Amino acid sequence: MREFFDMGGYAAFVWPAYAVTFAVVILNVFWARRALAQALAAARRRAAGGGGAP
Amino acid sequence: MAELPHAALTAAGRVEADGSAAQGTPVLAAARLVLERDLTLAFRRRGQLIQPLAFFAIVTMLFPLAISPELARLREVAAGVLWVAALLASLLALEFLFRDDAYDGTLEQYALSGQPLTGLMFAKTAAHWLLTGLPLALIAPLAALSLGAPPGAIPGILASLAVGTVALSLIGSIGAALTLGIRRSGVLLALLTLPLSLPVLIFGARASELAIRGESIVAPLELLGALAVLGITLAPLASAAAVRISLE
Amino acid sequence: MTWTWFHRLGSPPHVYRLARRLTPWFSWSAAVLILAALYGGLVLAPPDYQQGEGFRMIYVHAPTAWMSLMVYTTMACAAAVGLVWRMKVAHAAAAACAPIGASFTFAALVTGSLYGEPMWGTWWEWDPRLTSELILFFLYLGYMGLRGAIEDTQRADRTSAVLAVVGVVNVPIIHYSVTWWNSLHQAPSVMRLGKPTLAGAMLWPLLTMLLGFTLLFVALLLVRLRAEILARERNASWLQEELAA
Repeated sequence: MREFFDMGGYAAFVWPAYAVTFAVVILNVFWARRALAQALAAARRRAAGGGGAP
Repeated sequence: MAELPHAALTAAGRVEADGSAAQGTPVLAAARLVLERDLTLAFRRRGQLIQPLAFFAIVTMLFPLAISPELARLREVAAGVLWVAALLASLLALEFLFRDDAYDGTLEQYALSGQPLTGLMFAKTAAHWLLTGLPLALIAPLAALSLGAPPGAIPGILASLAVGTVALSLIGSIGAALTLGIRRSGVLLALLTLPLSLPVLIFGARASELAIRGESIVAPLELLGALAVLGITLAPLASAAAVRISLE
Repeated sequence: MTWTWFHRLGSPPHVYRLARRLTPWFSWSAAVLILAALYGGLVLAPPDYQQGEGFRMIYVHAPTAWMSLMVYTTMACAAAVGLVWRMKVAHAAAAACAPIGASFTFAALVTGSLYGEPMWGTWWEWDPRLTSELILFFLYLGYMGLRGAIEDTQRADRTSAVLAVVGVVNVPIIHYSVTWWNSLHQAPSVMRLGKPTLAGAMLWPLLTMLLGFTLLFVALLLVRLRAEILARERNASWLQEELAA
């Protein structure tokens, strides 16, 4: 197990590389879902505002 | 401001005031009109023409002050310095390519004239090169000498910059057309144009470097020429498309 | 061969609903593939003869580099379709691609640098691949900057589309010139980053990872595309039904 984390001495490079990559992956998922949620909210606001009295 | 009579530019045939039919203007004639107009207008404000050249000279001067006065050291970086300075100077000059015409509605006239806008864009870019690129190429040898280049390098430096600035003007015209109507677009224009200009920088600097070393510059010069030709074929198309979009 | 399917893609409500239905398929299959590739690459694959365990960085560096290029090409194609066929949906897709591509390009640069340090001995090397990657990052930034600077959505769509098409024509030229430039100043071969020759147990995790990331991109694109379509369809009636659902 220790050897796995040590990565043959390359641990200082391998793990940050994986960390950055998967951080970017997770951030992308988060940003995409947030963009959709914001767009939906904005569309709902527009629909509600349009339906109300001037 | 030199007025370009719409009639002189129009492609379609028309009926004159006295009832006679007149022919429309062929595209080459229209392009020449645009070119001449740009050159005339530029010469009325001669002071502005010097500015890119002065900028080039000043930037070139920055490097000895920042690095070292030793000509031997400067000679090593001279090619790169010349080209970076030329690239930045031509960037600055780009803003004027379309701005005035966009303001006074001339661009719109060009778009409505029925002439292929691509041809007119080419004419404007040609004028821009004659007014900034070519002068830059002509004073570059002086700057090169000041950076320790041997006199034998002058023809090579002149040739590489003359061809390279053609490509730079063309690539730059695309960025200028894209950023039309965006306020304070100077930095964005640079951000868009610089990555696209990198191949020109690479081959041009290499050609100048070889010239300074006294070797043959044929290989990179041919590559520069290829880029210029590619630019001539494609860039006016892209700028015309961008101009049309901005006029919608 | 009927083109109906293509023209239906021009309809925002159709694409919106299709995107919503397809997203789970892409996101789940991406997750499965990426996890399988992770296991295969980190645990199953034997260490490399030259690079030891360090070669495992290729399982993150190659996919991110692949993403950066693939997303840019997709963005440019979508932009071109939007320009030629005047399809709002295509422009929406191009807009959706940009932040995804830019972030993965950043990841490619960081992983490339991390991969380079133990292999080359420096944090940054002006090698053709990394330098081209850096330039690609600036191309993305320029595209997003141009979009952000134009207020009118339709004009922003079309202007940035021209930029994307010009950029994609330039990418091979830039790569060629950077490779040419680099070859002039070749570092001694001892320093060069050799690609580990992959086979068998080392290869399949890489291919799986590449496929997984591609599917991930599609899933991300579908989600962002829906957001972009919503922003562009201001008062369309189909929206009312969708929002109520």
